[in-house]
Amino acid sequence: MSAPEPTFMSTSSPRSIRRRRMGTVFAVLCGAATMVGVVSLAVLLVDVALDGLPRLDIDFLTSFASRLPERSGIKAALVGSVWLLVLTALISFPMSVAAAIYLEEYAPRNWITRIIQTNIANLAGVPSIVYGILGLALFVRFLGFDRSVLSGALTLSLLVMPVIIMAAQEAIKAVPGTIREAAYGLGATRWQVVSTQVLPMALPGILTGTILALSRAVGETAPLIMVGAVGFIAFTPSGPMDRFTVLPLQIYNWVSRPQDEFRALAAAGIVVLLVLLLTMNAIAIVLRNRYQTRS
Amino acid sequence: MSTTYDIDTEGRLPALEARDVSVHYGDNEAVKKVSLVVPSKRVVALIGPSGCGKSTLLRCFNRMNDLVPAARVSGEVNFRGQNLYAEEVDPVEVRRRIGMVFQKPNPFPKSIFDNVAFGPRINGYEGDLDALVEESLRQSALWEEVHDRLGDSAYALSGGQQQRLCIARTLAVKPEMVLMDEPASALDPIATQRIEELIYELKKDYTIVIVTHNMQQAARISDYTAFLYMGDLIEYGPTETIFTNPREEQTEAYITGRFG
Repeated sequence: MSAPEPTFMSTSSPRSIRRRRMGTVFAVLCGAATMVGVVSLAVLLVDVALDGLPRLDIDFLTSFASRLPERSGIKAALVGSVWLLVLTALISFPMSVAAAIYLEEYAPRNWITRIIQTNIANLAGVPSIVYGILGLALFVRFLGFDRSVLSGALTLSLLVMPVIIMAAQEAIKAVPGTIREAAYGLGATRWQVVSTQVLPMALPGILTGTILALSRAVGETAPLIMVGAVGFIAFTPSGPMDRFTVLPLQIYNWVSRPQDEFRALAAAGIVVLLVLLLTMNAIAIVLRNRYQTRS
Repeated sequence: MSTTYDIDTEGRLPALEARDVSVHYGDNEAVKKVSLVVPSKRVVALIGPSGCGKSTLLRCFNRMNDLVPAARVSGEVNFRGQNLYAEEVDPVEVRRRIGMVFQKPNPFPKSIFDNVAFGPRINGYEGDLDALVEESLRQSALWEEVHDRLGDSAYALSGGQQQRLCIARTLAVKPEMVLMDEPASALDPIATQRIEELIYELKKDYTIVIVTHNMQQAARISDYTAFLYMGDLIEYGPTETIFTNPREEQTEAYITGRFG
């Protein structure tokens, strides 16, 4: 009585066939789910590029919006977006890094700190329109900054700060404790440990998080409508108290026009916005890679 | 256990004297009322099985435990007559005067030169930095190997070289005592031997307290040995006595390898 030779061939019982078919179906479904996102993004990019590229030239970048589509350009919105971006970075970066340093290096580990920490995580999930309403009440009305670039930048700073704080905290946490110990062991004060060791090592990570958060801010529209960015403007801001518009708002404004020529303008505007966003993301990736190879 | 072990300090003032030092981590007592005297310019080894509290005790001697939020230290650590845990004492100043070398080499991600120069710089050293860096690297027997590449990253050095760099970095702030927390445990035998030779050289100028789990190492390099077990100081005395004629049964059991 010898047992049958074991083989590793698939059996052909109905049960086993059904089992294998289930596996295949599941793999195909997952693949399809992945492709939905990738393909629709690719289609969108190609469509926008086809519509927008013919309209994209130096004149488009250097002209103001006009009611005549052929003379219309994106200068006011592009400069407005850059103004907003720079001001937001100047406001949010130092405040967020300071907050992250406080939470990681100075704050006592007690319930107050835990509440602050939980709230920061929650604030990162608050819808941007809510920040817009806050900005309108606080900066535009109460502080009297009016519908200025400054009001917009302060509002966007509130929006991105939770994200930057959390990214900076992660970067600071990633600095090995042995480095801190070494510095403390040599008689460094807490501030010397932070400024000479922790911050330089965490900086690439902090910058990456900041750039990614700012690239989200560049695409924001809703809160800026609330604080009074305007859709049609024929000058660029010459100071933080000037009125302004931004790329997404200009694009929205053009899309809502009935004439086809304005749609082409909108497509060209989207290309400009995408180039700005992808450039920022590319910088973030380069920084992250440099950081990874160094440590 | 609170027996005090008398150590012949050869007529000199002891460098450090711990009195009833206890350390709690929350409810856990890691070091239990340890008292011992560290003679000046001698090497004292702290031995014992893992978790016996030897590293924790070492970290009391330069207030490194202050950085662990849950740790609570009681008792007195007198350094040249001054209680390091007195209220007016600044722990930063304590750590500057009592240097520490850690278990794993932990150079900063900077050049060899900047690693050694870090301590003097943050402490506002105003003399000739180049000379100080050279002197420190010579003291740690690393100068010959690195003098022509001081600008290279410290990470380019081998593990043993990195540890000697960390020793040079500690010496550069001119400490009065050096604490070493298993400085050779992450190194190969040859690098370990170099560190041991270095410790032998350094005790001419420095008082050294070293934690080691390697009993042969303790026997080779130390003048006095303290055996700790479960947070208690079981026995403390001249290294030769501890290893040849221990008073306590537990000490004998440990050094003959019956547990630990």
